[in-house]
Amino acid sequence: MKLQLMTMGFVAAVITAGAIAPAAAEGTLTVTSWGGSYSESQRKAYYEPWMAATGNKLVEEEYDGELGKLKAMKEAGSVTWDVIDVDSAHALSGCDEGLLEKLDYSKIGDQSKFLPGTALECAVGTIAYSTIFAFDTSVLKDAQPTTLADLFDTAKFPGKRGLLKKPFGNLEWALIADGVPAEKVYETLSTPEGVDQAFKKLDTIKKDVVWWEAGAQPPELLANGEVVMTSAWNGRIGKAITEGKPFKIVWDYQEFDWDFWVIPAGSKNIELSYDFIKFASDPKNMSQQSKYIAYAPTHVDAIGLVDPAIAPTLPTYPDNMKTAIPTDLAFWADNNEELTKRFNAWLAQ
Amino acid sequence: MAAVDVPGILTIDGVPLKAKLARADRTRKLRALGLVLPLFAFILLTFLIPLAVMTFKSVKNDETFGRLDRTKEALADWDQQTIPGEAAFAALAQDLQDAQKMRQAGEIAKRVNYEFAGAQSKFKAIARKVEKMQAGPYKEVFVATDKVWSDIRLWRIIHSASQRFTSYYWLSALDLREGADGIERAPADQAVFVDVYGRTFWIGGIVTILTLILGFPVAYLLATQPVHRASILMIFVMLPFWTSLLVRTTAWFVLLRTEGPLNDLAELIVGMRFDMIFTRFGTILAMTHIQLPFTLLPIYSVMKTIPPSHIRAARSLGAGPFHAFWRVYYPQTVPGIAAGCLLTFILSLGYYITPALVGGPRDQMVSYYISYYMNNVINFGQASALGATLLIITMVLYWLYNRLVGIDNMKLG
Repeated sequence: MKLQLMTMGFVAAVITAGAIAPAAAEGTLTVTSWGGSYSESQRKAYYEPWMAATGNKLVEEEYDGELGKLKAMKEAGSVTWDVIDVDSAHALSGCDEGLLEKLDYSKIGDQSKFLPGTALECAVGTIAYSTIFAFDTSVLKDAQPTTLADLFDTAKFPGKRGLLKKPFGNLEWALIADGVPAEKVYETLSTPEGVDQAFKKLDTIKKDVVWWEAGAQPPELLANGEVVMTSAWNGRIGKAITEGKPFKIVWDYQEFDWDFWVIPAGSKNIELSYDFIKFASDPKNMSQQSKYIAYAPTHVDAIGLVDPAIAPTLPTYPDNMKTAIPTDLAFWADNNEELTKRFNAWLAQ
Repeated sequence: MAAVDVPGILTIDGVPLKAKLARADRTRKLRALGLVLPLFAFILLTFLIPLAVMTFKSVKNDETFGRLDRTKEALADWDQQTIPGEAAFAALAQDLQDAQKMRQAGEIAKRVNYEFAGAQSKFKAIARKVEKMQAGPYKEVFVATDKVWSDIRLWRIIHSASQRFTSYYWLSALDLREGADGIERAPADQAVFVDVYGRTFWIGGIVTILTLILGFPVAYLLATQPVHRASILMIFVMLPFWTSLLVRTTAWFVLLRTEGPLNDLAELIVGMRFDMIFTRFGTILAMTHIQLPFTLLPIYSVMKTIPPSHIRAARSLGAGPFHAFWRVYYPQTVPGIAAGCLLTFILSLGYYITPALVGGPRDQMVSYYISYYMNNVINFGQASALGATLLIITMVLYWLYNRLVGIDNMKLG
């Protein structure tokens, strides 16, 4: 770990030294995001235009949403990430734990113009995404899944299913598939019996599940026939569809959530970070990202600028939203530790 | 180098010979030390110190110690059986007010939440509430906000979290916890780690045995072939050895897939496809392949040193082929077997990437969980307790092995 930190510090030092030497006015910004087609969409919509517009250099890093590295960097006193794209759970917990800078919205834009719940103390929303499940229409030709219950129905749709290797999201789906009404899901999960019920439902498909961890895996699992259907982040499947893959998304009970830009506490490039976030939060720029990946903007003015042809592929499209369940982050902040331990014990059984 | 102990002998410049010799000896030692110093400094800085720092994290309350001092003092005489009085509530309220200002309340909440699921939101809620309060009574406010504040178990955890040191992470690494009457086993649905350790050693052991069974005959073949043929065969052993671990693992991932070439072949021959990817079978197969050279090479290099005349002598004295092998040849290869197996076993215990890519959820070894606690939930204490436990168990095994086989008998080449 330490060795890794020192290497990272060394690499950062080399990069910074190299960047400072030619021109003092321009800087280098390190932006960390989720990789794959998601980073690609950010590269086209934000990174390249921002570099072209400002003359600054932007270095990309990739991660799987783990902030452990950030904490280690902070403890070692050398934070080399300047801007990070985080999920909502980390946007909240990172703020509570003092890992993230409190944002000054005067440097970003009008706070009231962001969708409710996306302009947070330490994080500003960048996209709306959702967890859906998808299948390959060339494999499931006749009978096709249309509801969440089909994901759990191995008699009707035999074969492997891909699921995220976390309790997060799966327990909710398990309860809904077991007949719990969507608005009662978190209430039920707060009781030991409710948790038992969710795991019992997951038991019914356990031997048929392939667990994935990185966002790029589900489209691959689906494409190489490893699974007949899989949960995924909708943009990853949407991207594969635009590339010609015969996939189809089932929006039933999609789990709706946000991604955010944050600045780590201790970043040495705060002004440049703000400049980038301001650029990426500009409605005109933000509306561009949906072109490259099927995620929806968080800025009210950007929503109207999105190409109407793309709109039906976005999680925010009214038809897709009919049965959507919003993720209860407070619940997960409290129970993630215990439920994950239980989930791991359950996996090991 | 013993100094010559004869008093009175002087060298040509009048210095006693003893002193002169001692000085020469000292210079030699310093020079030797100078040569190992860079390596020593490197190991110290990049390995020993970080290891000690990280291990120390598993017994410390980094998130809470020093931030709950008033509460600690107020709870000093607490009997641990009844709900604490107003003084303790007031102290906690003041501590939380300070923590809220310093942006530390989140960390305190998270630490308590490790042991008391649900404490996170209760702490945040109460921290926000007391932030605005100037004076008590606090107890009423706490209990009115949430009945959890009259739970003695929560207060016990707050009390233990306010101390400098904690046994929580180590107990948790062994699936134990601090209960009302001393240490008790964690409930079955929270007990993960003992099983994970068992699995880690089981997989490591199987891989070691398989590499030995596969590697020993190959090593014998290599050692007994003429040089030109042996060197060609050696390439086949070494080529995968020179390829990156990640590349080999990814190759196995492609081979073992349900739609992969191995299954295509299986379908042609037996007409069905097998589950190989994301299974224990796949993990052991890939690990055995990767570890094979580590077991094979020490055995091979020991075999090279055994003169073929020994076997011939045994045979000419009337021993059968098996007898000659078992009584004469095999005992001489034991140091190589010991070295190869120990190397493979210890390397296998630390496997991360191969089980992660090729294995299923039941095949993840300790490293996976260390990385999980380090990266995903940012619980450094738990990660280092797991790592240190693995280190200790490995060292105990090494010691046992030394007692049984003897490290001095071991030859790496």
